[in-house]
Amino acid sequence: VKQVVSRCEAATDARAAGLQFASELQTQDTKRMALEGRAGALGLVAVLLTLGSCAKRPSAGTLAGSEARLSDAESSTARQALATYASIAYAGYSDSAMTARTLLAAIDRLIAAPDAAALAQARSAWLLARKPYQRTEVFRFYDGPIDRVELRVNTWPIDESYVEAEVGNPRLGIIDDTRAYPELTSVLLSSLNAKEGETSISTGYHVVEYLLWGKDTHPDGPGDRPFTDYVAGTDGRAARRGRYLRLAAELLISDLESVRDAWAPDRPGNYRAAFLARRPIEALALALKGMGSLSGPELAGERLTVAYETKAQENEHSCFSDNTVNDLADDALGIENVCRGRYEGAGRAVVHGTGVCDAVAIRNAELGARLASEISASVEKVRSIPAPFDQAILGADTAPGRVAIQSAVSALERQTKSLAEVAALYDVRSSEASRQP
Amino acid sequence: MRAVTTLVLTLTLLGCRKHSAMPHATESGGSATVADATRDAFGQPSGWLTEAHRRAFFVGNSFFNLNWLAAPASVVDRDGLGPLFNARSCSACHFKDGRSRPPDLGAPMSTMLLRVSVPGPHGAPVGDPVYGDQIQGSALPGVPPEAEVYVDYTEVAGAFDDGERYSLRKPRYRLEHLGYGAVSPGLLVSPRVAPALVGLGLLEAVPEALLERLADPDDRDHDGISGRQNRVPDVLRGTLVPGRFGWKAEQPSVVQQSSAAFVADLGITSSLFPAENHTPNEEACRDLPNGGTPELGPDILAAIGIYARALAVPARRNVDDPLVSRGEDLFGELGCAGCHVPTLRTAPLADIPELPAEDIHPYTDLLLHDLGAGLADERPAFEADGREWRTPPLWGMGLVKKVNAHEFLLHDGRARNAMEAVLWHDGEAASARARFTALPRAERQALLAFLASL
Repeated sequence: VKQVVSRCEAATDARAAGLQFASELQTQDTKRMALEGRAGALGLVAVLLTLGSCAKRPSAGTLAGSEARLSDAESSTARQALATYASIAYAGYSDSAMTARTLLAAIDRLIAAPDAAALAQARSAWLLARKPYQRTEVFRFYDGPIDRVELRVNTWPIDESYVEAEVGNPRLGIIDDTRAYPELTSVLLSSLNAKEGETSISTGYHVVEYLLWGKDTHPDGPGDRPFTDYVAGTDGRAARRGRYLRLAAELLISDLESVRDAWAPDRPGNYRAAFLARRPIEALALALKGMGSLSGPELAGERLTVAYETKAQENEHSCFSDNTVNDLADDALGIENVCRGRYEGAGRAVVHGTGVCDAVAIRNAELGARLASEISASVEKVRSIPAPFDQAILGADTAPGRVAIQSAVSALERQTKSLAEVAALYDVRSSEASRQP
Repeated sequence: MRAVTTLVLTLTLLGCRKHSAMPHATESGGSATVADATRDAFGQPSGWLTEAHRRAFFVGNSFFNLNWLAAPASVVDRDGLGPLFNARSCSACHFKDGRSRPPDLGAPMSTMLLRVSVPGPHGAPVGDPVYGDQIQGSALPGVPPEAEVYVDYTEVAGAFDDGERYSLRKPRYRLEHLGYGAVSPGLLVSPRVAPALVGLGLLEAVPEALLERLADPDDRDHDGISGRQNRVPDVLRGTLVPGRFGWKAEQPSVVQQSSAAFVADLGITSSLFPAENHTPNEEACRDLPNGGTPELGPDILAAIGIYARALAVPARRNVDDPLVSRGEDLFGELGCAGCHVPTLRTAPLADIPELPAEDIHPYTDLLLHDLGAGLADERPAFEADGREWRTPPLWGMGLVKKVNAHEFLLHDGRARNAMEAVLWHDGEAASARARFTALPRAERQALLAFLASL
């Protein structure tokens, strides 16, 4: 029996040492058992565990009755927070779809009459379209509506030579390869996306970005693709490039509209209806997983740490347009939006309501307040990274850009840890976090 | 499988494990378990990583995903692709860190590959004098690819004891458009899909002594199961050591396995495998620019090594379902757990000391077993003969459908689902399979429900 207890404790300590949000969601039962053990009933729990696990599963069955419940007040605040959350999602995707339509219109003008002004306007439209979309990334990571299309929408980094041949790389891209792909269609682009791995990307924001800016070879500015790339020539390449660009923008719109509709109010049978019909604690678990995954593995890990460690421009999120710092800041702001229950969009949509952090505060005032302040602090830290990002990552670790990135990483990891604490507070079990509504 | 009895007894005394299964554990990877059942389920870092290793994990991840370029390229860190290659990136086959699949009917193989050889000493695979030991279906511009590999299937009918019929498909491989002339007569071929990468570090962290105890090469306990260890070269030390990774346990460590894949599959050389993957007889490949010596720098290899060993294992789902519990019991009763050992115990790794010593539930013994003539590739790999395969871990298998959108199983993806994979088992697993086919339908469904919960 002694052996079992110590094994349990060792496992819990190992877990406490990790910051992993997702594993926290899952390991609550074992953790609780160990904590109760420490609280005084050590021997009893150990015996129960030992006996119980011979016949029954220790992780969910033996203590199933003690799963966290929400009080009426907690439940009602959680429901309000979830309704606000859904409204923010709908507003964010509505703005994303709307600004993507504006982008398509600008692309059409560029293709119809390519000149420097038309290209500049298309680039501005892309930059405007990015803002609302990045603020919705907090709705990813739990098999929600965006996760069904995200690989087509915002995958990065992209291997641009997959799309178009580049100087010094002998590979033919999709645009150049008229033999393999005589006709460019949206079905074709969609089928080629991620076909050769996670950077063989043929669709989405960053493909459009590449087609508007081209490769960024300048230390102090973004890529400078000439508008003449869209002026019809004898080889037909410009026409194919234009067609590709237009198809990519159209695909983006259709994906964004499908996600928008999934979050639309008053549509029986859509995702929002199912989401809000769940037990509040289950829906809250999904919202928390989105916030935690974006804060930790995605922003702190893949978007900041990888670029920081490799000092490689290709590892920055929007490497062609040099928009990375804005992208990151809007990601962080999206987390703050759902935390505080507010949204101020590009379009008509403005939401003010109960935030996820308010729902947390009803259960644990200190944790709710701490989480909210950490999340706001990380927005500021991310905003303080000097643009362009591809320069901020360079130099010695004491260089201002690298210091700023490091401090943004720390801030994001801090909130990831607190989000894990929140998950523990609600005692969220994995099956709830992963079950489909 | 001699040691299992002793082991079970010990475990029962210590911590109450009935038969060989640890009943109903959701945390398959111990503290390296993640509650993620989304399409990102295989790509999560283990919670115990130190901050420095966590950074390395993300760097490794980025190199795992990116497409390598032909040398010379302006981005020196990632050039050196080819000249012959199967894929441009690791993630092409291990998409989302998951499992690859056989080609569609009529399409050439692209996310799996064909090992080839002629017979040699110590079973060491001796490559074809022209094509080497693997067919690469892609090449840099100006270089002929080696061949296109096609697969044809023959349906083989069978029936459960209750009369319900089933059909399995047996593959045959065809080489077309050979780029460098004829292959050796009697060429031995072994098709391989890319397995999911979850929990590899945990498998490396199982002490050798434990695997030795599980082995029973002469079947002294007469249970019909005679697991044995492969003995393979440790290329850095130049010694023979137990193998534990790869479909025939041809590689002793994750770093060596990764380096071997880099050179064979991508044409990226490393400190472990400094020679390009073509033979002297493939003239078009000679004297091309390379991406450095080696092409895979030591820092990147180290980061990949952390990454590939720190991918966490997804938690089991639906363990409350009575059908799943029943299936888990059957898994033990039928004898599946004789090789797919549910519980092993880790010890910290030398270069990842934060990896804790704890129980894990991979459902493998990492040993070689004779699986019979039906699955045999007849191509030896060191001690592994043509009928032997290493028991693959089963953790995460229920999520492949989610992550990779298919359910193909076994080394060549011939099984279209878990049931077909069970039915292909023969040799040492013949009696377990016979007990499965004798089950009533509802019980068979229970076993499959258990497998889907992993």
